[in-house]
Amino acid sequence: MHEMALTQSVVEIAVEEARRAGAERITRIVLDIGRLSAVVPEALRFCFEAVAAGTAAEGAALDIEDIEGAGWCLDCGKTVPLEERFGPCPDCAGFKVQMTAGDEMKIRELEVV
Amino acid sequence: MCAVCGCGETAVSPAPGSPQERILRVERDILGKNDRLARENRKAFAERGVFALNFVSSPGSGKTTLLVKTIERLRGRRPVAVIEGDQQTSNDAERIRAAGAPAVQINTGKGCHLDAEMVGHAFDSLEPPKGAALFIENVGNLVCPAAFDLGEAKRVVVLSTTEGDDKPLKYPDMFASADLMLVNKADLLPYVDFDVAVCVANARRVNPRLETLTVSARTGEGLDAFVDWIEAGAE
Repeated sequence: MHEMALTQSVVEIAVEEARRAGAERITRIVLDIGRLSAVVPEALRFCFEAVAAGTAAEGAALDIEDIEGAGWCLDCGKTVPLEERFGPCPDCAGFKVQMTAGDEMKIRELEVV
Repeated sequence: MCAVCGCGETAVSPAPGSPQERILRVERDILGKNDRLARENRKAFAERGVFALNFVSSPGSGKTTLLVKTIERLRGRRPVAVIEGDQQTSNDAERIRAAGAPAVQINTGKGCHLDAEMVGHAFDSLEPPKGAALFIENVGNLVCPAAFDLGEAKRVVVLSTTEGDDKPLKYPDMFASADLMLVNKADLLPYVDFDVAVCVANARRVNPRLETLTVSARTGEGLDAFVDWIEAGAE
């Protein structure tokens, strides 16, 4: 359940950014979470309400944007979709694939009042 | 820096629908704070000439016994200090102290991993001597600790022969993030269906640059090679 620690980080960063912008309250938090990252979005949602309680992020909507996995296949010389972090190229079945997208764990933006 | 005009401030634009609502572009990594503290730890370790190793594995792989035996072999050659992470009890720190090395126990409570902040505080209270090897024994868990940089110089994943040679494929993040894999409990190889060559091949599939050593903390097999690896890295 490291999602608890990640959620604490999300709330901490959001509250800090909102304070710096002079906002009172956070109404929405938008995250980019890659499909190949070590994060389970459902677990983030589960933790969020508890972690946000009593902070400027209490009651905020949590939008989690799902980023699809992609990689550069060295043998095919092109970008291919990636289902697993260390999975094979869907075209040539080889494993010489360098992940180029899908491991994002980012706070993209906030809506504040 | 602001993505709109480069002014160094967070960009602010009005949100549609509400006059007071604003959208703040943030674009910050969720693990950014841990990564920053890890960089500070790395700097503090380097300033004191401390060679820090982060030991990760599933519970019961033999990490603590391995550390005890390694401390015994390093005696007289290099001082060792240990940070022990467990959810509860100080049993492991007591075993390490009995082996003659100073140890700090971190109890994570419900936490499943050590983070850079915990390790930074433990390092401050340990004050290892110059040139020491610092062993950080992470919480036994092959999933969560993979994402948290502690500032270590090298990450060592310990896999025991009773666990199955396909573990690197089942928990690829951990093996992908490691520098060295120790296959422990080699003394049990005659009794288990564990193929070291298959295990190494699986691990290299997720991490082609991974170094590997086969050891037995119980019999001492391979530990001299591990100590040589530490000495080479610490120089």
